Amino acid sequence: MSGFAQNTFNGLVSGAFYALLALGLAVIFGMLRVVNFAHGAFYMLGAFGAYVLLTEAGVPFWAALVIMPVGLGLLGMALERAVIHRLTKLDPLYNFLLTFGLTLILQDLVKLRYGVQSSPYATPSGLSGTVNFGLFDFPTYRVFILGFAVLLCVAVWWVLTRTRIGMVVRASTERPDLTRAFGIDVGRWVTPVFGFGIGLAGLAGVLAAPMRAVNPLMGADLIIVVFAVVVIGGLGSIFGSVAAGFGIGLVQAWGEAYLSHFPIVSQTIVFIVMAGVLLWRPAGLFGREEAPA
Amino acid sequence: MTSTVDTPADASRPAPPSGLVAVARAPGWVRYALLAVGLAVAAWLPNGLYPAVAVDILCWALFAVAVDLLLGFTGLMSFGHAAFWGTSAYVTGLVAIHAGLPFPLAVLAGALAAAVLAVPIGYLAVKRTGIYFAMVTLAFAQMVYYVANEWRSVTQGENGLQGVPREFFGADLTDDYYFYYAILPIVLLGLAAAWRIVHSPFGRVLVGIRDNPARARALGYPVHRYKLTAFVLSGFIAGLGGGLFAVGHRFVSLDVLHWTTSGKAVIVVVLGGIGTLWGGVLGAAIVVRLEDWLSFSGFEAIGLVTGGIFVLVVVLFRRGIWGSAATLAQRLAARRW
Repeated sequence: MSGFAQNTFNGLVSGAFYALLALGLAVIFGMLRVVNFAHGAFYMLGAFGAYVLLTEAGVPFWAALVIMPVGLGLLGMALERAVIHRLTKLDPLYNFLLTFGLTLILQDLVKLRYGVQSSPYATPSGLSGTVNFGLFDFPTYRVFILGFAVLLCVAVWWVLTRTRIGMVVRASTERPDLTRAFGIDVGRWVTPVFGFGIGLAGLAGVLAAPMRAVNPLMGADLIIVVFAVVVIGGLGSIFGSVAAGFGIGLVQAWGEAYLSHFPIVSQTIVFIVMAGVLLWRPAGLFGREEAPA
Repeated sequence: MTSTVDTPADASRPAPPSGLVAVARAPGWVRYALLAVGLAVAAWLPNGLYPAVAVDILCWALFAVAVDLLLGFTGLMSFGHAAFWGTSAYVTGLVAIHAGLPFPLAVLAGALAAAVLAVPIGYLAVKRTGIYFAMVTLAFAQMVYYVANEWRSVTQGENGLQGVPREFFGADLTDDYYFYYAILPIVLLGLAAAWRIVHSPFGRVLVGIRDNPARARALGYPVHRYKLTAFVLSGFIAGLGGGLFAVGHRFVSLDVLHWTTSGKAVIVVVLGGIGTLWGGVLGAAIVVRLEDWLSFSGFEAIGLVTGGIFVLVVVLFRRGIWGSAATLAQRLAARRW
């Protein structure tokens, strides 16, 4: 029983990263119709930035947790203004290609400066050690990640559904023309929303730094899994993306624990689930069916 | 389960810039002249370039044409074609090593394996279009990558398949110069097949589906089945390229299945010109030559350059080389002298 609880807990923690990344992807996609391939690269930059801030400037984890998302969010906004918005009127595939190119550039810039080996990042003080909830000893830092991510997702949900800004953003996402007709400047919200999504990716990266190996390639493989996650959840649905993120984290952890004799299955379980979802509900579990092409 | 889901943006989806019309309208003598020039360059290539690079260019040319068959002529951007390129490379390598068949048969086996793999992946992927299609194919290609990585007893994992032989009825093909001419007919056959597909009634239907899927369906064409057939054919041609690549390098590494390989194939096509078929061949020549030059001069961050090309082409040069040339030629022809 305690083994199961432990696997479930670890699944939820890795699911938290998927959820944060999928949330950013979904928000950006909703507003701009851009699937941001560079999302994984910004996650990597978040982790690397935290590492560099600590080792080269002595900036502690808690400060990095604020500095990196804000900094990367601003970088994202600049990027959106500089290139991405030029392509939003075209086929979304062009922005996918553009952000793919940016991913290669960002990765190689970091590689050129810091090499490909992984760098350790100490668990922040105050979050080392374990917490005991009865079943087994939970590493404190992971409990913190899970709580933080859930809070963040709830906060984003609250902002989107209960505040004026959220309503404007949702309205601009779903019916931009109609929203414009009500006298709301839709274009004004595009850049901040992009920056916000990038900031979320950076935040996930900082959170990952003490837990996962910090290296230039850490975001690349992750983002492909996150793509599978949003296909499963339905990219148009913000709730679906978050739910699928946690769900896939769970499925993966259980798969690794109980299918460890079949490494091929446990390594690819996300994609097997994706195949099943495509068969059963091509629009994704929480996606809306659009008119057939 | 026949529903297809589109992003709302798909409804207003502009057709990819197509050189098809321009080339088809070019007068016969222009087309024959271009063909003659192309063949002459192909025949001369290993004399002007390092032969190993020329071999790579041929393989990548097939890969690019396979991707363009989907991207340019069916409107589907596969971001996971490394799955077919790489699967064929592994199967070709295994067949060549263990069965000792002449290399063209090993490559054929590899390409068939790629086509077989393309059936389930394509079946699932064509349920989505646009950007989702790209994400789904990318995800499945990553799945194939993980499988190859885990299945070490067959693929040798990260060590890769060593010592893929260039067996051809005892002929000595160890020199890349002669190997180039040995594979040239196979590559030309693959390219001719792609041309034939595009200019067949089947290919016309594909273009119709690309431009207006709803209308194609209304006219009674089974859109999914056409897309799937195109996907499998494309997988086969990509597989031909991948198999030749394995024999050419005498080595298969996990890189052949990596997502960067899929991405590189797409950029080669975009650089050459989406929907131009031969543009991909040009793009392959440029990118392969450039990467070889960069790694030869000791520049380590190749991704910086490929990524930079990606960004520049997508922002400034979306028609690609062939597409721009075709447009220019058309404008010149339309002028009264």
